[in-house]
Parts: sequence; C-alpha cells; structure tokens
Amino acid sequence: MRPVTTIPVPLTTHLTPDGQLISSVPVGASYTEGSPLDWSGPLVPGAVVLDEQVAPRASWSGVVRAGQVLTIVDVGGNQSGDCLLYNAGDTDERYSAPDTLAWQNNAYIRTGTVLRSNLGRPLMTVVGNEIDRQDTIGGACSRESNTLRYGHHVMYHHGCRENFLTEGAEHGLGMRDVVSNINWFMNVPIEEDGALGIVDGMSAPGKRVALRAETDTLVLISNCPQMNNPCNAFNPTPLRMVVTEPADDVDYEGDA
Amino acid sequence: MAPAANHSTDTVLNAREDARAQGGQVSDWMPYLPASASPFCPSDVDPDSLTWAETVAPGNYTHKVVARGTRIRLEDPTGEACAHTLVYNALEPTERLNVADTQKIPWQAYLGPGHPLLSGDGRVLATMLTDSSGRHDAFCGTSTGAWNALRYGTALPEGPAPAGRDLFVKAAAKHGLGPADVPPSVSFFQGVRVTADGSFDWLGSSGAGTAVDLVAEIPLIVLIANVPHPRDPRPEYIVGPLRVHAWRTPSTTPTGPGDERFGASPEIQRAYLNTLDYAEARGL
Repeated sequence: MRPVTTIPVPLTTHLTPDGQLISSVPVGASYTEGSPLDWSGPLVPGAVVLDEQVAPRASWSGVVRAGQVLTIVDVGGNQSGDCLLYNAGDTDERYSAPDTLAWQNNAYIRTGTVLRSNLGRPLMTVVGNEIDRQDTIGGACSRESNTLRYGHHVMYHHGCRENFLTEGAEHGLGMRDVVSNINWFMNVPIEEDGALGIVDGMSAPGKRVALRAETDTLVLISNCPQMNNPCNAFNPTPLRMVVTEPADDVDYEGDA
Repeated sequence: MAPAANHSTDTVLNAREDARAQGGQVSDWMPYLPASASPFCPSDVDPDSLTWAETVAPGNYTHKVVARGTRIRLEDPTGEACAHTLVYNALEPTERLNVADTQKIPWQAYLGPGHPLLSGDGRVLATMLTDSSGRHDAFCGTSTGAWNALRYGTALPEGPAPAGRDLFVKAAAKHGLGPADVPPSVSFFQGVRVTADGSFDWLGSSGAGTAVDLVAEIPLIVLIANVPHPRDPRPEYIVGPLRVHAWRTPSTTPTGPGDERFGASPEIQRAYLNTLDYAEARGL
C-alpha cells in the first residue's frame, strides 16, 4: 500500500481580500488551460437547429426530434461523454445497453449500431463515427463506485451518476431512471478471459459521433468529471453538441 | 353454459366442493409450502432451514423478499433453464443491480464463483458463492416483447413465448415497483463469450444438473424470469424448469472479514466494507 499523502489545503472556501477564491472543496479533475481543442462541426450536413458547448465536468440535456441528427464532438480528445437516452414522450422507455448489444450480437457500438430501448425499439442510430468503437459496458462513475475502484478517499469527487441525477431532475428523472449508459469516446476492451477495464482512448481532438433520432429522444450527457481513470487523461475537456436537420439527400453511412 | 365434464358446479355448495377437490394436486412446477416440504431439498441442506422452495415453470417468473444472509441456490435440472435475475435492496429499492459496476469493478465481465452482484451505490447486494455451470451472461440482459415477436412470432406474456422484461415488469409491480425500476439483468445457466471483434459467441448451457449459490448481503427483493436467453439461436422457444431453494442457518452469514472472498481484491474488499457499514448503520 502506498503511503498516504496529505496535501495542506485551506479548511474552508473563502475569498481573499484581493478577490482570489481559495477552497478545499474537491471539484474533480481540472481542465488544463491551453489544451489542444478542435471544435470541429456537424458530421452530417444540414441546417443547424442547436449548437451548444458542454463545459468540462458539466452535464447537458436536450431533445433531438425524430429525423434530426446529433453530432457530439470530442473537442479535446478522449473525453468520455457519458450518455443516457429516453423516449421524450415516455421516459419509462429508455436506452438499454443489453438490448442494443443483444440485437446486434456485438459488445461494441460502431457505425450502424441501433441504440435500442428497454422495449427493444430504436431510439437513435449511429450514422457516423470517427473512432474505432464506442463503449457501453463501462458504466458511469459515481461517488460510491469510485470508492470501490480507487479508495474511500475519493468519496467527495464529483461523478457522472451525480451529473445524471442533477440533469435528470430537470426532466423529472431520478435514481430509478439511471441505467447502464453509453460512454462516447471511451475505450473498454473485453479480453478473451473476460477481463475488461477502461484503457487509453482512441479518440483525438475534433473526433465525432453522429446519432440520428428514430423517435423524439431526450439525451442526457455527463461530460465525465472522472479524475482517476484514463478516459480523459485527468484533463476534462469540453464537448460540443450540434443538432442538425439533415438535408433531404443525405446518404447515411450506417444505413444498409 | 354447461359445466365441464366431471365438475358439478350448479350450486354454491357444489362449486365450493368442486373447488376444494382440486387442492392438493401436484405439478412439475410449483412452490412448495412450507419450504421444508420441498421434494427436491438439496442433500447438503437441512429441510427445516429452508425459507423458499420452488420449481419455476418454463416461460414464467418468481419473486421473493429474503433476509440478509440467506443462501439462495438456483438449479437447472434439465440444462434448459435460464434464470434472468434482478436483485434490489429490499429496504430502498432504488438501490438495485447495476450490471456495469458488476462487470467493471471486479475487472471481469464473466460471472463465476466469488463474483459480487453490485448495486450502483458501491455495495454488494449478493455474492455468487459456488457455480458448477460457468455459463452466465451480464451482456445481453433479457428478452423484450419486440425481440420475441421477431424471434418467435409472438411475445404475449400470456402466450407461448413471453419476454423476460414483461415478466420482470409483473414481478416488480408486486413490490410496488414500476417499469422504470427494471434495469438490465444478469442471466444464469445460458451464456455468451465476446470474441476479438466484439461479437458474441453462443455458449448455451453446460448441461443438466448445474447450480449456482448466492448469498444475500443485505435484505433483497429477488426477481427471476425463466425465459430463453435472447441470443439462444434455436428457432423454438426452449426453456426448462428452474429450481430455487433458499435457506438460513447460523452458518449462512453474509460475507464478513473472516471470509476468503472478503479480501479477494481491493475493490471487492471496499465494496464489502461499504455493505457492512450500511448494514451496521441500518441496524441489520
């Protein structure tokens, strides 16, 4: 066991006379100023109906109407966008990792993957993907599960489950609505013997994934605040969320 | 309407007589009450310690609340059972099985002896103690109506090919839980393996007569749907009976520091510590 390191910190949050905020409140990994960022743009051409940025560690939600395409841009590279999807008209119908995987008979998400609900129905389809594979096995970090992975000293770190609960509350969603999620731009290989874990990512600044809504879909995003695994190299970076109304003649990569 | 042959139900007294005459019959699938009356009590278990004994019908479901420390044995007598399983903290059912943490925290996707069934709240709900099957699955969940309609042409819960999710929804409702309370499940006795490109290899069953023992680490609501695995490649809806026995004795304690599995890995040890902390604070 490694020796415990105690870092001297102020005991409270306060403003110094010169206006500087000093705090001992753990806020998770911190964004490194000057990180290479590539804001890129929509992956599928069309009229832009929404274009928003998700700050590092923050959450986001929005409804993507049937037929619209959501492009998620990994602005800083290897930033996990933890994601939950709900039928916007009936949130009891929500993303189901096992249904998505069982229908396609494959453990990874790639172009063409239909993101299915707990009723087996399509919520969204991956119509563009600029990395090898996307993860839906690794789940979301949380205060509680982080204590298992890293030790009880990380209990006060902010996590994705906490983001989901905060953002979900805006839509009347709570603990019972948080299920196994998708981790855009995160790399979780499953070895032959069943070993699995989050390893260095395959993404890069500006890499994108595009999702076409098959029904009006509520999308919840936690821009992973995780500071203990390689998903964001301990440097959480922004995400860009662009919703487009695709042009009529779009030829989708994922469609048969 | 004419009464069925051999039934005289033209008066209340006759109807009562007829109904009562139907009692005491035996089926291939039924609960055994009291549990000690089970005709299939495992040889290593004292019948008087049984708290739950049942043979679950193919294409059907069961559910039970069990005390902390209860041992639960699932048996597949024909090699065709598939026990889709969900566990909840009976005291606060928003805490429930989380398959992502169940795979991620132990760094192992395949369930086997010593594998904890984790909640999303950093605690162990149940632990797999013994396993003679080795063919389980935490990737594919259970079947939906849409899937069974596609695979078998019908998915009506009252029909010949009910879907696991529909059965879970019924079982959950009996504990005041709604469809939103049915998360991804694990299945015992029918498994898949992930190949290099991510596709699933169908393992199926390892044959008749295998069993899995679980221990409840906190009071649990247990829901089980016994339906074909969604990746079962056979065109027919094939599923066999599932045998369930649960018991409590002074030696069937929840996992504690004296158990080998307690310190199996740093992650698992902290999960048990969190569970003991919860139980202590809860006065369990």
